[in-house]
Amino acid sequence: MKKRIAQLLSALALVGTIIPPCLFFAGTLTLAALQPWMLGAALLWFAATPLWMEHKTTD
Amino acid sequence: MADEQHEPVNEYEREPVPAKALLGLKSYVGMFAGEHVAGTELMIGPLFLAAGVSAFDFIYGLLVGNLLAVLSWTLFTAPIAVRCRLTLYYQLEKICGRKLVTTYNLANGVMFTILAGAMMTVSATALGVYFKFSMPQLTDTLPTSLGWVVAVLVTGALFSVVAAYGYRFVARFANIAAPWMVLVFVAFGIIGLREMGLTSVQDFWHVASTVIWKGGDPMPGQIKFTFWHVMFFAWFCNMAWHIGMADLSIFRFAKKSWYGVAAAAGMYIGHFMAWIAASTLYAIQLKHDPANTAVLPGPLAYQACGLTGLLCVIAAGWTTANPTLYRAGLAFQALRPGSSRFKVTLLTGLIASVTAVFPLVTMRLLDFVALWGMILMPLGAVIFVDFWLLPKLGLRSNFAAVTGRTFNWAAGAAWLVSVAVSSLLVLKGGVQIYFVSLPGWFVTALLYIGLSKLMQKNVPALPAQPGNGP
Repeated sequence: MKKRIAQLLSALALVGTIIPPCLFFAGTLTLAALQPWMLGAALLWFAATPLWMEHKTTD
Repeated sequence: MADEQHEPVNEYEREPVPAKALLGLKSYVGMFAGEHVAGTELMIGPLFLAAGVSAFDFIYGLLVGNLLAVLSWTLFTAPIAVRCRLTLYYQLEKICGRKLVTTYNLANGVMFTILAGAMMTVSATALGVYFKFSMPQLTDTLPTSLGWVVAVLVTGALFSVVAAYGYRFVARFANIAAPWMVLVFVAFGIIGLREMGLTSVQDFWHVASTVIWKGGDPMPGQIKFTFWHVMFFAWFCNMAWHIGMADLSIFRFAKKSWYGVAAAAGMYIGHFMAWIAASTLYAIQLKHDPANTAVLPGPLAYQACGLTGLLCVIAAGWTTANPTLYRAGLAFQALRPGSSRFKVTLLTGLIASVTAVFPLVTMRLLDFVALWGMILMPLGAVIFVDFWLLPKLGLRSNFAAVTGRTFNWAAGAAWLVSVAVSSLLVLKGGVQIYFVSLPGWFVTALLYIGLSKLMQKNVPALPAQPGNGP
Protein backbone atom coordinates (compact mmCIF):
# COMPACT_ATOMS: atom_id res chain seq x y z
CA MET A 1 0.00 0.00 0.00
CA LYS A 2 2.83 2.37 0.99
CA LYS A 3 4.61 1.52 -2.25
CA ARG A 4 1.45 2.22 -4.27
CA ILE A 5 1.04 5.62 -2.64
CA ALA A 6 4.70 6.46 -3.33
CA GLN A 7 4.26 5.41 -6.98
CA LEU A 8 1.17 7.58 -7.24
CA LEU A 9 3.06 10.56 -5.81
CA SER A 10 5.91 9.97 -8.29
CA ALA A 11 3.43 9.90 -11.15
CA LEU A 12 1.91 13.14 -9.88
CA ALA A 13 5.41 14.65 -9.70
CA LEU A 14 6.05 13.80 -13.36
CA VAL A 15 2.69 15.29 -14.32
CA GLY A 16 3.59 18.35 -12.24
CA THR A 17 6.89 18.62 -14.12
CA ILE A 18 5.42 18.60 -17.61
CA ILE A 19 1.98 20.21 -17.26
CA PRO A 20 3.21 23.71 -16.25
CA PRO A 21 5.40 24.08 -19.39
CA CYS A 22 2.44 22.89 -21.49
CA LEU A 23 0.23 25.53 -19.83
CA PHE A 24 2.93 28.11 -20.49
CA PHE A 25 2.97 27.03 -24.13
CA ALA A 26 -0.82 27.40 -24.24
CA GLY A 27 -0.49 30.89 -22.78
CA THR A 28 -2.39 30.17 -19.57
CA LEU A 29 0.59 30.31 -17.19
CA THR A 30 3.47 32.78 -17.00
CA LEU A 31 7.11 31.75 -16.85
CA ALA A 32 7.40 33.09 -13.31
CA ALA A 33 4.32 31.12 -12.23
CA LEU A 34 5.43 27.79 -13.69
CA GLN A 35 8.77 27.70 -11.88
CA PRO A 36 7.47 27.08 -8.32
CA TRP A 37 5.23 24.29 -9.66
CA MET A 38 8.16 22.61 -11.34
CA LEU A 39 10.30 22.95 -8.21
CA GLY A 40 7.55 21.46 -6.06
CA ALA A 41 7.20 18.58 -8.51
CA ALA A 42 10.98 17.99 -8.42
CA LEU A 43 11.00 17.84 -4.62
CA LEU A 44 8.02 15.47 -4.65
CA TRP A 45 9.74 13.23 -7.21
CA PHE A 46 12.95 12.92 -5.19
CA ALA A 47 11.01 12.35 -1.97
CA ALA A 48 8.65 9.69 -3.30
CA THR A 49 10.62 7.77 -5.94
CA PRO A 50 13.39 6.31 -3.73
CA LEU A 51 10.63 4.64 -1.71
CA TRP A 52 9.66 2.34 -4.56
CA MET A 53 12.21 2.41 -7.40
CA GLU A 54 14.46 -0.61 -7.34
CA HIS A 55 18.07 -0.24 -8.29
CA LYS A 56 19.38 -2.96 -10.55
CA THR A 57 23.11 -3.07 -11.04
CA THR A 58 25.30 -5.51 -12.84
CA ASP A 59 28.39 -3.97 -11.30
CA MET B 1 26.27 12.25 -24.69
CA ALA B 2 28.22 10.37 -24.24
CA ASP B 3 27.67 9.94 -23.05
CA GLU B 4 27.91 7.58 -23.16
CA GLN B 5 27.17 6.40 -19.66
CA HIS B 6 26.83 2.70 -19.46
CA GLU B 7 27.27 1.23 -16.04
CA PRO B 8 30.53 -0.63 -15.63
CA VAL B 9 30.05 -4.34 -15.84
CA ASN B 10 32.59 -6.31 -13.90
CA GLU B 11 31.18 -9.81 -14.08
CA TYR B 12 32.51 -12.56 -16.33
CA GLU B 13 35.57 -10.48 -17.16
CA ARG B 14 37.59 -13.35 -18.58
CA GLU B 15 34.92 -15.80 -19.70
CA PRO B 16 31.89 -15.70 -22.00
CA VAL B 17 28.66 -14.58 -20.35
CA PRO B 18 26.61 -17.70 -19.50
CA ALA B 19 23.02 -18.14 -20.70
CA LYS B 20 21.62 -17.60 -17.19
CA ALA B 21 22.98 -14.02 -17.11
CA LEU B 22 21.50 -12.84 -20.41
CA LEU B 23 19.30 -9.73 -20.48
CA GLY B 24 16.14 -8.91 -22.43
CA LEU B 25 15.40 -6.00 -24.76
CA LYS B 26 13.69 -3.98 -22.02
CA SER B 27 16.93 -3.75 -20.01
CA TYR B 28 18.71 -2.20 -22.99
CA VAL B 29 15.95 0.26 -23.81
CA GLY B 30 15.97 1.49 -20.20
CA MET B 31 19.76 1.63 -20.08
CA PHE B 32 20.11 3.70 -23.26
CA ALA B 33 17.11 5.94 -22.56
CA GLY B 34 18.36 6.83 -19.10
CA GLU B 35 22.02 7.22 -19.87
CA HIS B 36 22.08 9.46 -22.91
CA VAL B 37 20.49 12.47 -21.24
CA ALA B 38 23.75 13.78 -19.80
CA GLY B 39 25.05 17.10 -18.60
CA THR B 40 27.04 17.50 -21.79
CA GLU B 41 23.83 17.59 -23.89
CA LEU B 42 23.32 21.09 -22.45
CA MET B 43 26.66 22.12 -23.96
CA ILE B 44 26.34 20.30 -27.27
CA GLY B 45 22.88 21.60 -28.24
CA PRO B 46 23.85 25.30 -28.05
CA LEU B 47 27.14 24.68 -29.88
CA PHE B 48 25.17 23.65 -32.99
CA LEU B 49 23.46 27.02 -32.95
CA ALA B 50 26.81 28.74 -32.42
CA ALA B 51 28.01 26.88 -35.52
CA GLY B 52 25.39 28.66 -37.65
CA VAL B 53 23.37 25.55 -38.48
CA SER B 54 20.08 25.86 -40.39
CA ALA B 55 16.86 24.18 -39.24
CA PHE B 56 16.83 21.67 -42.12
CA ASP B 57 20.48 20.72 -41.64
CA PHE B 58 20.05 20.41 -37.87
CA ILE B 59 16.82 18.40 -37.69
CA TYR B 60 17.45 16.11 -40.66
CA GLY B 61 21.15 15.78 -39.88
CA LEU B 62 20.26 14.58 -36.40
CA LEU B 63 17.57 12.20 -37.70
CA VAL B 64 19.91 10.55 -40.19
CA GLY B 65 23.05 10.64 -38.02
CA ASN B 66 21.30 9.09 -35.05
CA LEU B 67 19.82 6.40 -37.32
CA LEU B 68 23.33 5.57 -38.54
CA ALA B 69 24.52 5.39 -34.92
CA VAL B 70 21.72 2.95 -34.05
CA LEU B 71 22.56 0.86 -37.10
CA SER B 72 26.23 0.86 -36.07
CA TRP B 73 25.35 -0.58 -32.67
CA THR B 74 23.00 -3.09 -34.28
CA LEU B 75 25.15 -4.22 -37.19
CA PHE B 76 28.73 -3.70 -35.92
CA THR B 77 28.81 -4.06 -32.15
CA ALA B 78 25.98 -6.35 -31.10
CA PRO B 79 26.57 -9.20 -33.61
CA ILE B 80 30.15 -9.70 -32.42
CA ALA B 81 29.14 -9.19 -28.79
CA VAL B 82 26.51 -11.94 -28.80
CA ARG B 83 28.75 -14.36 -30.69
CA CYS B 84 31.78 -13.97 -28.40
CA ARG B 85 30.12 -12.67 -25.22
CA LEU B 86 33.42 -11.19 -24.01
CA THR B 87 34.35 -7.78 -22.64
CA LEU B 88 36.03 -5.36 -25.01
CA TYR B 89 39.22 -5.63 -22.97
CA TYR B 90 39.39 -9.42 -23.06
CA GLN B 91 38.50 -9.51 -26.75
CA LEU B 92 41.22 -6.95 -27.47
CA GLU B 93 43.71 -8.82 -25.31
CA LYS B 94 43.14 -12.00 -27.32
CA ILE B 95 43.68 -10.14 -30.59
CA CYS B 96 46.28 -7.53 -29.64
CA GLY B 97 48.04 -8.85 -26.56
CA ARG B 98 48.21 -7.43 -23.06
CA LYS B 99 50.70 -4.64 -23.82
CA LEU B 100 48.62 -3.13 -26.60
CA VAL B 101 45.50 -3.31 -24.44
CA THR B 102 47.42 -1.39 -21.79
CA THR B 103 48.08 1.38 -24.33
CA TYR B 104 44.38 1.38 -25.23
CA ASN B 105 43.50 1.67 -21.53
CA LEU B 106 45.80 4.64 -21.15
CA ALA B 107 44.25 6.47 -24.13
CA ASN B 108 40.73 5.61 -22.96
CA GLY B 109 41.50 6.73 -19.40
CA VAL B 110 42.82 10.10 -20.57
CA MET B 111 39.72 10.71 -22.71
CA PHE B 112 37.34 9.70 -19.90
CA THR B 113 39.20 12.03 -17.52
CA ILE B 114 38.84 15.01 -19.85
CA LEU B 115 35.15 14.21 -20.45
CA ALA B 116 34.54 14.01 -16.69
CA GLY B 117 36.19 17.44 -16.46
CA ALA B 118 33.70 18.79 -19.01
CA MET B 119 30.83 17.44 -16.90
CA MET B 120 32.24 19.16 -13.82
CA THR B 121 32.37 22.40 -15.82
CA VAL B 122 28.69 21.98 -16.73
CA SER B 123 27.67 21.58 -13.09
CA ALA B 124 29.88 24.47 -11.96
CA THR B 125 27.98 26.83 -14.27
CA ALA B 126 24.94 26.28 -12.03
CA LEU B 127 26.91 27.69 -9.09
CA GLY B 128 27.73 30.77 -11.16
CA VAL B 129 24.05 31.68 -11.32
CA TYR B 130 23.86 31.80 -7.54
CA PHE B 131 27.27 33.27 -6.66
CA LYS B 132 27.41 35.55 -9.71
CA PHE B 133 31.11 35.19 -10.50
CA SER B 134 32.40 35.78 -14.01
CA MET B 135 32.15 32.67 -16.20
CA PRO B 136 33.97 31.82 -19.46
CA GLN B 137 32.70 33.01 -22.81
CA LEU B 138 32.50 30.91 -25.96
CA THR B 139 35.98 31.89 -27.13
CA ASP B 140 37.73 31.68 -23.75
CA THR B 141 40.42 29.10 -23.21
CA LEU B 142 41.61 30.24 -19.78
CA PRO B 143 39.65 30.69 -16.52
CA THR B 144 38.05 34.10 -16.25
CA SER B 145 37.76 34.63 -12.49
CA LEU B 146 38.88 33.30 -9.15
CA GLY B 147 35.26 32.46 -8.35
CA TRP B 148 35.12 30.22 -11.44
CA VAL B 149 38.32 28.40 -10.44
CA VAL B 150 37.09 27.84 -6.89
CA ALA B 151 33.63 26.70 -8.04
CA VAL B 152 35.06 24.20 -10.51
CA LEU B 153 37.64 22.84 -8.08
CA VAL B 154 35.08 22.48 -5.27
CA THR B 155 32.60 20.81 -7.64
CA GLY B 156 35.33 18.54 -9.01
CA ALA B 157 36.63 17.60 -5.56
CA LEU B 158 33.11 16.73 -4.36
CA PHE B 159 32.41 14.65 -7.48
CA SER B 160 35.76 12.88 -7.10
CA VAL B 161 35.31 11.99 -3.46
CA VAL B 162 31.80 10.71 -4.11
CA ALA B 163 32.92 8.70 -7.16
CA ALA B 164 35.73 7.15 -5.13
CA TYR B 165 33.63 6.45 -2.04
CA GLY B 166 30.10 6.06 -3.19
CA TYR B 167 29.82 5.00 -6.81
CA ARG B 168 26.77 2.89 -6.02
CA PHE B 169 24.98 5.72 -4.22
CA VAL B 170 25.28 8.04 -7.21
CA ALA B 171 24.39 5.23 -9.59
CA ARG B 172 21.17 4.78 -7.62
CA PHE B 173 20.56 8.52 -7.62
CA ALA B 174 21.13 8.55 -11.39
CA ASN B 175 18.49 5.83 -11.86
CA ILE B 176 16.00 7.78 -9.79
CA ALA B 177 16.76 11.12 -11.46
CA ALA B 178 16.66 9.84 -15.07
CA PRO B 179 12.87 9.94 -15.78
CA TRP B 180 12.58 13.38 -14.15
CA MET B 181 15.58 14.73 -16.06
CA VAL B 182 14.13 13.56 -19.38
CA LEU B 183 10.92 15.49 -18.62
CA VAL B 184 12.85 18.59 -17.57
CA PHE B 185 14.63 18.48 -20.94
CA VAL B 186 11.23 18.21 -22.64
CA ALA B 187 10.17 21.22 -20.55
CA PHE B 188 13.27 23.13 -21.73
CA GLY B 189 12.20 22.47 -25.31
CA ILE B 190 8.55 23.45 -24.81
CA ILE B 191 9.49 26.65 -22.96
CA GLY B 192 12.26 27.45 -25.44
CA LEU B 193 10.01 27.07 -28.47
CA ARG B 194 7.25 29.18 -26.88
CA GLU B 195 9.73 31.89 -25.92
CA MET B 196 10.96 31.94 -29.50
CA GLY B 197 7.45 32.70 -30.71
CA LEU B 198 5.94 29.29 -31.45
CA THR B 199 2.26 29.25 -30.52
CA SER B 200 1.01 26.23 -32.44
CA VAL B 201 2.62 22.99 -33.53
CA GLN B 202 1.76 23.68 -37.18
CA ASP B 203 4.07 26.72 -37.15
CA PHE B 204 7.05 24.72 -35.92
CA TRP B 205 8.93 24.62 -39.19
CA HIS B 206 8.38 28.27 -39.92
CA VAL B 207 9.62 29.38 -36.46
CA ALA B 208 12.46 26.86 -36.46
CA SER B 209 13.84 27.95 -39.83
CA THR B 210 13.28 31.70 -39.60
CA VAL B 211 13.77 32.46 -35.90
CA ILE B 212 15.79 29.72 -34.17
CA TRP B 213 18.13 27.86 -36.55
CA LYS B 214 18.41 30.52 -39.24
CA GLY B 215 21.71 29.35 -40.68
CA GLY B 216 24.19 32.00 -41.71
CA ASP B 217 27.68 32.60 -40.41
CA PRO B 218 28.99 30.76 -37.36
CA MET B 219 30.04 32.66 -34.27
CA PRO B 220 33.69 33.67 -33.90
CA GLY B 221 35.96 30.68 -33.33
CA GLN B 222 33.31 28.17 -34.49
CA ILE B 223 33.17 26.13 -37.70
CA LYS B 224 30.14 26.48 -39.98
CA PHE B 225 27.97 23.37 -39.65
CA THR B 226 26.10 21.90 -42.63
CA PHE B 227 23.85 18.83 -42.88
CA TRP B 228 26.96 16.67 -43.27
CA HIS B 229 28.61 18.06 -40.14
CA VAL B 230 25.49 17.41 -38.07
CA MET B 231 24.97 13.96 -39.55
CA PHE B 232 28.56 12.83 -39.04
CA PHE B 233 28.70 14.35 -35.55
CA ALA B 234 25.49 12.59 -34.45
CA TRP B 235 26.74 9.33 -35.98
CA PHE B 236 30.26 9.48 -34.59
CA CYS B 237 29.87 11.20 -31.21
CA ASN B 238 29.56 7.76 -29.63
CA MET B 239 31.92 6.19 -32.15
CA ALA B 240 34.24 4.76 -29.49
CA TRP B 241 31.22 2.85 -28.18
CA HIS B 242 29.68 1.42 -31.36
CA ILE B 243 32.17 1.24 -34.24
CA GLY B 244 34.99 1.42 -31.69
CA MET B 245 33.37 -1.62 -30.00
CA ALA B 246 33.53 -0.43 -26.37
CA ASP B 247 29.92 -1.60 -26.00
CA LEU B 248 30.92 -5.21 -26.61
CA SER B 249 31.07 -5.24 -22.80
CA ILE B 250 27.41 -4.19 -22.64
CA PHE B 251 25.90 -6.21 -25.48
CA ARG B 252 27.62 -9.45 -24.47
CA PHE B 253 24.64 -9.84 -22.09
CA ALA B 254 22.05 -9.43 -24.90
CA LYS B 255 19.92 -12.44 -25.83
CA LYS B 256 19.77 -11.32 -29.47
CA SER B 257 22.02 -9.16 -31.59
CA TRP B 258 19.10 -7.06 -32.87
CA TYR B 259 18.79 -5.62 -29.35
CA GLY B 260 21.22 -3.04 -30.69
CA VAL B 261 18.12 -1.19 -31.89
CA ALA B 262 17.55 -0.28 -28.23
CA ALA B 263 20.18 2.40 -28.77
CA ALA B 264 17.42 4.34 -30.59
CA ALA B 265 15.89 5.14 -27.18
CA GLY B 266 19.07 6.92 -26.14
CA MET B 267 19.78 8.55 -29.46
CA TYR B 268 16.34 10.01 -30.10
CA ILE B 269 15.76 11.13 -26.49
CA GLY B 270 19.28 12.29 -25.64
CA HIS B 271 20.87 13.17 -28.96
CA PHE B 272 17.77 14.46 -30.72
CA MET B 273 15.19 15.82 -28.27
CA ALA B 274 17.70 16.97 -25.62
CA TRP B 275 20.05 18.65 -28.15
CA ILE B 276 17.13 20.44 -29.79
CA ALA B 277 15.79 21.53 -26.38
CA ALA B 278 19.19 22.79 -25.20
CA SER B 279 19.66 24.58 -28.50
CA THR B 280 16.37 26.47 -28.06
CA LEU B 281 17.49 27.63 -24.59
CA TYR B 282 20.54 29.19 -26.22
CA ALA B 283 18.30 30.78 -28.85
CA ILE B 284 16.31 32.50 -26.05
CA GLN B 285 19.52 33.89 -24.56
CA LEU B 286 20.61 35.27 -27.94
CA LYS B 287 17.15 36.74 -28.50
CA HIS B 288 17.33 38.62 -25.19
CA ASP B 289 20.96 39.68 -25.61
CA PRO B 290 22.61 38.98 -29.00
CA ALA B 291 25.98 39.97 -27.54
CA ASN B 292 25.79 37.26 -24.87
CA THR B 293 27.18 34.27 -26.78
CA ALA B 294 28.40 32.37 -23.70
CA VAL B 295 27.38 28.71 -23.65
CA LEU B 296 26.76 28.17 -19.95
CA PRO B 297 24.22 25.47 -19.06
CA GLY B 298 23.48 26.90 -15.60
CA PRO B 299 22.21 30.31 -16.74
CA LEU B 300 20.55 28.75 -19.82
CA ALA B 301 18.53 26.33 -17.71
CA TYR B 302 17.78 28.92 -15.01
CA GLN B 303 16.24 31.39 -17.43
CA ALA B 304 13.69 28.77 -18.46
CA CYS B 305 12.93 26.68 -15.39
CA GLY B 306 14.41 28.58 -12.44
CA LEU B 307 15.76 26.44 -9.60
CA THR B 308 14.46 23.27 -11.26
CA GLY B 309 16.70 24.06 -14.21
CA LEU B 310 19.71 24.47 -11.94
CA LEU B 311 18.88 21.20 -10.16
CA CYS B 312 18.73 19.49 -13.54
CA VAL B 313 22.11 20.90 -14.58
CA ILE B 314 23.77 19.77 -11.36
CA ALA B 315 22.10 16.35 -11.44
CA ALA B 316 22.88 15.81 -15.14
CA GLY B 317 26.54 16.75 -14.63
CA TRP B 318 26.96 14.81 -11.42
CA THR B 319 25.25 11.59 -12.47
CA THR B 320 27.23 11.40 -15.68
CA ALA B 321 30.58 12.51 -14.24
CA ASN B 322 30.31 9.75 -11.65
CA PRO B 323 30.45 6.70 -13.94
CA THR B 324 32.85 8.55 -16.25
CA LEU B 325 35.31 9.05 -13.40
CA TYR B 326 34.76 5.46 -12.33
CA ARG B 327 35.59 4.21 -15.82
CA ALA B 328 38.65 6.45 -16.08
CA GLY B 329 39.78 5.10 -12.72
CA LEU B 330 39.28 1.51 -13.88
CA ALA B 331 41.23 2.17 -17.08
CA PHE B 332 44.16 3.65 -15.16
CA GLN B 333 43.96 1.00 -12.47
CA ALA B 334 44.37 -1.65 -15.16
CA LEU B 335 47.84 -0.18 -15.83
CA ARG B 336 48.82 -1.14 -12.27
CA PRO B 337 46.41 -3.90 -11.24
CA GLY B 338 47.55 -3.91 -7.59
CA SER B 339 46.79 -0.23 -6.99
CA SER B 340 43.85 0.97 -4.92
CA ARG B 341 40.78 1.83 -7.01
CA PHE B 342 39.80 4.40 -4.41
CA LYS B 343 43.09 6.27 -4.68
CA VAL B 344 43.23 5.99 -8.47
CA THR B 345 39.66 7.30 -8.85
CA LEU B 346 40.34 10.14 -6.44
CA LEU B 347 43.54 11.13 -8.24
CA THR B 348 41.81 10.86 -11.63
CA GLY B 349 39.01 13.09 -10.33
CA LEU B 350 41.43 15.71 -9.11
CA ILE B 351 43.21 15.76 -12.49
CA ALA B 352 39.81 16.06 -14.20
CA SER B 353 38.99 18.97 -11.87
CA VAL B 354 42.13 20.80 -12.92
CA THR B 355 41.34 20.26 -16.64
CA ALA B 356 37.78 21.51 -15.95
CA VAL B 357 39.10 24.87 -14.79
CA PHE B 358 40.20 25.56 -18.38
CA PRO B 359 37.11 26.04 -20.57
CA LEU B 360 38.98 25.10 -23.76
CA VAL B 361 37.68 21.52 -23.89
CA THR B 362 34.13 22.38 -22.86
CA MET B 363 33.77 25.23 -25.33
CA ARG B 364 35.20 22.97 -28.06
CA LEU B 365 33.28 19.90 -26.92
CA LEU B 366 32.15 19.00 -30.45
CA ASP B 367 35.80 18.78 -31.56
CA PHE B 368 36.83 16.83 -28.46
CA VAL B 369 34.11 14.21 -28.95
CA ALA B 370 35.10 13.82 -32.60
CA LEU B 371 38.76 13.47 -31.56
CA TRP B 372 37.84 10.75 -29.07
CA GLY B 373 36.15 8.73 -31.79
CA MET B 374 39.07 9.25 -34.15
CA ILE B 375 41.62 7.97 -31.62
CA LEU B 376 39.75 4.91 -30.31
CA MET B 377 37.81 3.84 -33.40
CA PRO B 378 40.74 2.01 -35.11
CA LEU B 379 40.79 -0.80 -32.55
CA GLY B 380 37.09 -1.36 -33.29
CA ALA B 381 38.04 -1.77 -36.95
CA VAL B 382 40.71 -4.27 -35.88
CA ILE B 383 38.14 -6.30 -33.91
CA PHE B 384 35.68 -6.21 -36.85
CA VAL B 385 38.30 -7.39 -39.35
CA ASP B 386 39.74 -9.95 -36.97
CA PHE B 387 36.34 -11.49 -36.31
CA TRP B 388 34.70 -11.43 -39.75
CA LEU B 389 37.41 -11.15 -42.40
CA LEU B 390 40.66 -12.80 -41.28
CA PRO B 391 39.22 -16.34 -41.13
CA LYS B 392 37.78 -15.88 -44.65
CA LEU B 393 41.23 -14.81 -45.87
CA GLY B 394 42.89 -17.88 -44.39
CA LEU B 395 44.43 -15.90 -41.52
CA ARG B 396 44.20 -16.57 -37.80
CA SER B 397 41.94 -14.55 -35.55
CA ASN B 398 42.92 -13.80 -31.94
CA PHE B 399 46.55 -13.88 -32.97
CA ALA B 400 47.99 -12.82 -29.61
CA ALA B 401 46.10 -15.56 -27.76
CA VAL B 402 46.97 -18.18 -30.36
CA THR B 403 50.68 -17.37 -30.39
CA GLY B 404 51.14 -16.20 -26.80
CA ARG B 405 52.31 -12.73 -27.86
CA THR B 406 51.84 -9.69 -25.67
CA PHE B 407 51.91 -7.17 -28.53
CA ASN B 408 50.30 -7.72 -31.93
CA TRP B 409 52.32 -5.26 -33.97
CA ALA B 410 49.96 -5.55 -36.97
CA ALA B 411 47.13 -4.18 -34.84
CA GLY B 412 49.39 -1.64 -33.13
CA ALA B 413 50.80 -0.34 -36.43
CA ALA B 414 47.33 -0.20 -38.03
CA TRP B 415 46.09 1.86 -35.06
CA LEU B 416 49.07 4.19 -35.03
CA VAL B 417 49.12 4.76 -38.80
CA SER B 418 45.35 5.31 -38.90
CA VAL B 419 45.53 7.98 -36.20
CA ALA B 420 48.57 9.54 -37.89
CA VAL B 421 46.85 9.62 -41.31
CA SER B 422 43.66 11.05 -39.80
CA SER B 423 45.62 13.69 -37.88
CA LEU B 424 47.55 14.61 -41.01
CA LEU B 425 44.31 14.96 -42.99
CA VAL B 426 42.97 17.31 -40.31
CA LEU B 427 46.13 19.34 -39.74
CA LYS B 428 47.52 19.53 -43.28
CA GLY B 429 44.84 18.24 -45.63
CA GLY B 430 42.09 20.65 -44.68
CA VAL B 431 39.68 17.84 -43.79
CA GLN B 432 37.56 18.70 -40.75
CA ILE B 433 37.81 16.35 -37.79
CA TYR B 434 34.15 15.32 -38.07
CA PHE B 435 34.81 13.54 -41.35
CA VAL B 436 38.16 11.77 -40.94
CA SER B 437 37.00 8.79 -38.91
CA LEU B 438 35.16 7.21 -41.83
CA PRO B 439 38.22 6.98 -44.13
CA GLY B 440 40.24 6.20 -40.98
CA TRP B 441 38.19 3.05 -40.45
CA PHE B 442 38.98 1.77 -43.94
CA VAL B 443 42.67 2.69 -43.61
CA THR B 444 42.85 0.67 -40.38
CA ALA B 445 40.98 -2.30 -41.85
CA LEU B 446 43.16 -2.52 -44.97
CA LEU B 447 46.36 -2.04 -43.01
CA TYR B 448 45.43 -4.67 -40.46
CA ILE B 449 44.67 -7.20 -43.18
CA GLY B 450 47.92 -6.46 -45.04
CA LEU B 451 50.11 -6.43 -41.95
CA SER B 452 48.46 -9.58 -40.56
CA LYS B 453 49.36 -11.38 -43.79
CA LEU B 454 52.97 -10.33 -43.31
CA MET B 455 53.03 -11.10 -39.60
CA GLN B 456 51.38 -14.49 -39.78
CA LYS B 457 53.86 -15.91 -42.27
CA ASN B 458 55.82 -18.78 -40.73
CA VAL B 459 54.56 -18.13 -37.21
CA PRO B 460 53.81 -21.35 -35.38
CA ALA B 461 50.67 -21.38 -33.28
CA LEU B 462 50.57 -22.43 -29.65
CA PRO B 463 48.89 -25.76 -28.92
CA ALA B 464 45.13 -25.28 -28.96
CA GLN B 465 43.73 -24.12 -25.61
CA PRO B 466 40.18 -23.39 -24.57
CA GLY B 467 39.29 -19.82 -25.35
CA ASN B 468 41.97 -19.28 -27.96
CA GLY B 469 39.68 -19.73 -30.94
CA PRO B 470 37.71 -17.03 -32.69
